[in-house]
Amino acid sequence: MSAPQLLVHDKADNVGVVVVEGLTAGTDMLCVVTEDNSDFRLTVTADIPIGHKVALGDLAQGDTVIKYGEDIGKMVGPAEKGGHVHTHNCKTKRW
Amino acid sequence: MALDFTNRTVNAWRRENGRVGVRNHVVILPVDDISNAACEAVANNVKGTMAIPHAYGRLQFGEDLELHFRTMIGTGSNPNVAAVVVIGIEPEWTKVIADGIRETGKPVAEFSIEQKGDFETIRAASWKAKEFVHWASELQKEPCPVTDLWISTKCGESDTTTGLSSCPTVGNMYDKLIPHGIYGCFGETSEITGAEHICEKRAATPEAGEKFMKIFQAYQDEVIEPFKTSDLSDSQPTKGNILGGLTTIEEKALGNLEKIGRECKYIDAMGPAEAPQKGPGLYFMDTSSAAAECVTLMAAAGYVIHTFPTGQGNVVGNPIVPVIKISGNPRTLRTMSEHIDVDVTGVLSREITIDQAGDALIEMIERTANGRATAAEALGHVEFSMTKLYRSA
Repeated sequence: MSAPQLLVHDKADNVGVVVVEGLTAGTDMLCVVTEDNSDFRLTVTADIPIGHKVALGDLAQGDTVIKYGEDIGKMVGPAEKGGHVHTHNCKTKRW
Repeated sequence: MALDFTNRTVNAWRRENGRVGVRNHVVILPVDDISNAACEAVANNVKGTMAIPHAYGRLQFGEDLELHFRTMIGTGSNPNVAAVVVIGIEPEWTKVIADGIRETGKPVAEFSIEQKGDFETIRAASWKAKEFVHWASELQKEPCPVTDLWISTKCGESDTTTGLSSCPTVGNMYDKLIPHGIYGCFGETSEITGAEHICEKRAATPEAGEKFMKIFQAYQDEVIEPFKTSDLSDSQPTKGNILGGLTTIEEKALGNLEKIGRECKYIDAMGPAEAPQKGPGLYFMDTSSAAAECVTLMAAAGYVIHTFPTGQGNVVGNPIVPVIKISGNPRTLRTMSEHIDVDVTGVLSREITIDQAGDALIEMIERTANGRATAAEALGHVEFSMTKLYRSA
């Protein structure tokens, strides 16, 4: 298998992590779920730096963000499928 | 095939108290900040010794003073240290620390500066330090079981790659070695915020879980609440974490906890710099998440090798404990590879498994125990940072 551009921890996750440098908008990414080594493809819609998260489906304000199969916060703005999820649209639920 | 640890050994020093050390330092230890100059002068006079200057040790009291003594005594007592010269401004606290270290059976000499001055103190301490260097340099290594090592962990400059690669690499190492009788240690109380419920469940007994939750809650009540500026006072995730793609404290905490593997359960939750009391196994320690402070506390508890996953590239080292850096972030390996001992970028590109990465880390632990200088040692990183609980009198 060629090297993936996106890794997802858990089947239940709705975000994945970019694991290559220089990823550009429009790339048809190979995505691997580390839990069971299954794979799928997803087109990224923005230039996203290594380590940053990509929405696996459309996410709306108020949606819970799931990573490691766990609640890591909520959307405070929208992200389209293949879009960037970070501090501009995602926040902890604690405060 | 799974590695068999029953007969694997490293060449290391068996100390007077039976513990195994992987370095053979002669340390010149200041009791207090104002004795740093004398200690550094002795270390300059006598090659093969090392002064460990620090910022505190005067007008401390109560629990804060106890932590100071525990850190100083623990540092001198660490099996990576062969012998210690203790220098303080006055004799009483100097004796407390020297006597504490003497319980290990290793050679300790103490000197105090009042009524003598730096010159006389440095002269007398230098003679003793030279004697210790001659003695320590003839100590022979012997084969010691890998499973006699005490191995601690803390991650730093974390990003999303640490949770995917370098932290689970450490977790895999613990899953393999803890059942064979090593002592492990993780900490970082503030970085478990967001995954405290998961951490509580990883306790081996209800008592250990309750002890952890008590420590966690005390940190929220005594540190976060009274001093907060906003949320976690912008301290977690750090600016570096956010640059690396971590968005929330929950996300960071879940990645952090990957360091304790899938199977291990911690058998006790300890205060800062406390030595483990319940035999072999994994321990939680109440520590800051600041790299140097945390490694200093774990070294003072007696851990002899530290495994340090990093994403964005932390450069920390320690004077007495080799710090092995592990990274899976290809950008970090490209831009600052001089700081990384174990490259696990292959986990992200799916060229190696976590199981293989764990074996690579164990191999590096063995090489480090046998004498390989870590990146931090080669680059002179000797950060020693005391944890302070409150203002001095």
